[in-house]
Amino acid sequence: MKILIKNGLVIDPANHVKENFDILIEAGKISKVAKNISAAADKVIDASAKVIIPGLVDMHAHLRQPGREDKETIASATAAALKGGITSLLAMPNTSPAIDSVQAIELLKTLVKKNSLANVLICGAITNGRLGKELSDIVGLAKGGAIAISDDGASVDDEKIFQQALKIAKTEKILTICHCEDKSLSNQGVVNLGIISTKLGLRGISSESEYKRIERDIRLAEKIGAVIHIAHVSCKESVEVIRQAKKRGVRVTCETAPHYFSFTQDSLVDYDTNKKMNPPLRSRQDQEAVKKGLKDGTIDVIASDHAPHTENEKDIEFDRAEFGVVGLETELSAGISELVENKILSLPQLVEKLALNPARILGIAKGAIAPGDDADIAIIDPAKEWLVQKENLVSKSKNSAFLGRRLKGVVEYTIYNGKIAYQA
Amino acid sequence: MVWQRKDLLGLEELSREEIELILSTAESFKEVSTRDIKKVPALRGKTVVNLFYEPSTRTRVSFEVAAKRLSADVINIATETSSVKKGETLIDTGKNIQALKADIIVMRHNYSGAAAMLAKHLEISVVNAGDGWHEHPTQALLDIFTLKEKMGKIAGINVSIVGDIAHSRVARSNIWGLTKLGAKVTVCAPEILIPPAIEEMGVVVTSDIQEALREADAVNVLRMQFERDSSNAFPQQIEYFKNFGLTCERLEKAKKNIIVMHPGPINRGIEMSSEIADGSKSVILEQVTNGIAVRMAVLFLVAQAKDRKDENIN
Repeated sequence: MKILIKNGLVIDPANHVKENFDILIEAGKISKVAKNISAAADKVIDASAKVIIPGLVDMHAHLRQPGREDKETIASATAAALKGGITSLLAMPNTSPAIDSVQAIELLKTLVKKNSLANVLICGAITNGRLGKELSDIVGLAKGGAIAISDDGASVDDEKIFQQALKIAKTEKILTICHCEDKSLSNQGVVNLGIISTKLGLRGISSESEYKRIERDIRLAEKIGAVIHIAHVSCKESVEVIRQAKKRGVRVTCETAPHYFSFTQDSLVDYDTNKKMNPPLRSRQDQEAVKKGLKDGTIDVIASDHAPHTENEKDIEFDRAEFGVVGLETELSAGISELVENKILSLPQLVEKLALNPARILGIAKGAIAPGDDADIAIIDPAKEWLVQKENLVSKSKNSAFLGRRLKGVVEYTIYNGKIAYQA
Repeated sequence: MVWQRKDLLGLEELSREEIELILSTAESFKEVSTRDIKKVPALRGKTVVNLFYEPSTRTRVSFEVAAKRLSADVINIATETSSVKKGETLIDTGKNIQALKADIIVMRHNYSGAAAMLAKHLEISVVNAGDGWHEHPTQALLDIFTLKEKMGKIAGINVSIVGDIAHSRVARSNIWGLTKLGAKVTVCAPEILIPPAIEEMGVVVTSDIQEALREADAVNVLRMQFERDSSNAFPQQIEYFKNFGLTCERLEKAKKNIIVMHPGPINRGIEMSSEIADGSKSVILEQVTNGIAVRMAVLFLVAQAKDRKDENIN
């Protein structure tokens, strides 16, 4: 199939491109990026007044399959991803069973092959059952195709075990993604510790529980010379700890999620469980620090931390409700609405955080638009607004923090592997 | 002003005028309880359901008496006897009660925010009778009502709240209500029982009981619930009494006319000595009496607001 995209503004930070071009796609690859391409094509897309960006790479998503197909499936998650302009996503291993063995990863690969509508990459577990007690078969997972390891949802408390994991990951040349939380400090908390936990009468999760563990993980990675990536950075101290580590040359990268720059703890006043996530929404100062970290490059990546949950798990008492929100479909729009509109990032910088940087960190050949590259592309209208409603989410779960919010930026087409995989 | 809310969930969201309206309505209802026939027909034909997920005697009984003196029919549901044990969700329970055509649910729940959640999902009125550590608005209203009766005003008076502030819904509701009406509020507790950033709610914080008593026109002593949160509990009850308990010696250094309040039930010898609890400064039993009037006012106002809304729709 040949697709010719005419007259769009191509934003491709990898090649420092921000210019109107035509793009020709053939056999799953980008064959030409040039002015006024005239070629016979099966499909011609008029992209005038639209923006063409590389398909986004979301390096933090919970697909829930196998085990919790009532929340989400590989099919529904990848459909949601495509609607959000995402063509590659990293599946976190906290499924049932956890992706902690060769059998588990083989099962997941079979399911992905059968059901996936986009490029699903696999993150293996660091420890068996993500319990932090004994190392999983990291070598087997890496050989089986895992490109990263993480116990996401939990930190490996035991330093000795975590150091061993870092060493194996270093040898296997895969990334270690750190969920940084000292559970002895975040002890049963459900919202940020401070005035909001006091007002609402809920247990608080301190910033300390996050940044203290980031400090530890950075210290160990530095000692071992391993490469680590810090997941879901939410508070100002964390941003500063990572900023300083980067300055002294530690090989650390990090991500934040759209909810941390779009909301603060103040939006919890009515106990909205769709604002309950871990780490929690923090204070105004933390939100500002996250934005500053995005602007100055301390925060490399924006990832959704897409965490689908059923209504039964959310429409209950706040303490009992599950942590997490869906985010695949709102990630790009939230970035445009909060960061580009408010001049925190330019659109090319946003694309870097959503596509190029995660691709580089994961070591995959994605996130760019040049001849020879995989034809993973999103065509977007950054000025168009849409209202986030349960009815227009394609994810199986509707637990979005953005419900009822107007966001800017609509994905018109998502092209994956040279084919139109989504059309608005 | 006219009361507009179908629910009473907390004092945080109320304006000063709304609080004053409840207090003045309570004043007019107080007289009913002194009559030979202690009943008015204000809520005749209405059904009030007391839905209690936590053991409570005094609050439940107070609401029941209040509803009956307004001529409402009252049904009590306690968790032990409901299908909650069978795993029914709170929203489903609420919708079932609504389907029985009840008019008001008075709910006590161990989780903060439960009343707000229920109210959002129901058309009938929800009155919060205490949710987790969050709010207990009618308790604070009856405390404030009692204070106002004794002092003649709330604006400008000094009120100290002593005890487990961190886990107290009574403290939070009192802080909102008192500060909105212009009182100066001090909270006093061992440091581990002071929740973070509470100064931002407009209170002075101290861990020195004598300091808390020095300027106080009234002291509201909270019940210590040693059993509730083992991780944060103050280690020893005796130790607590030694450092924070209200005694005659401590009160001698306070203002002569200081008022002593307690939401009950009292742990004698832990929060205060028996001499204080039964002494002339104590208004603890008057609080109980005033609780009826305040709860009558709240039930009456939310029912009226709901009726008005229904009329407007029809």
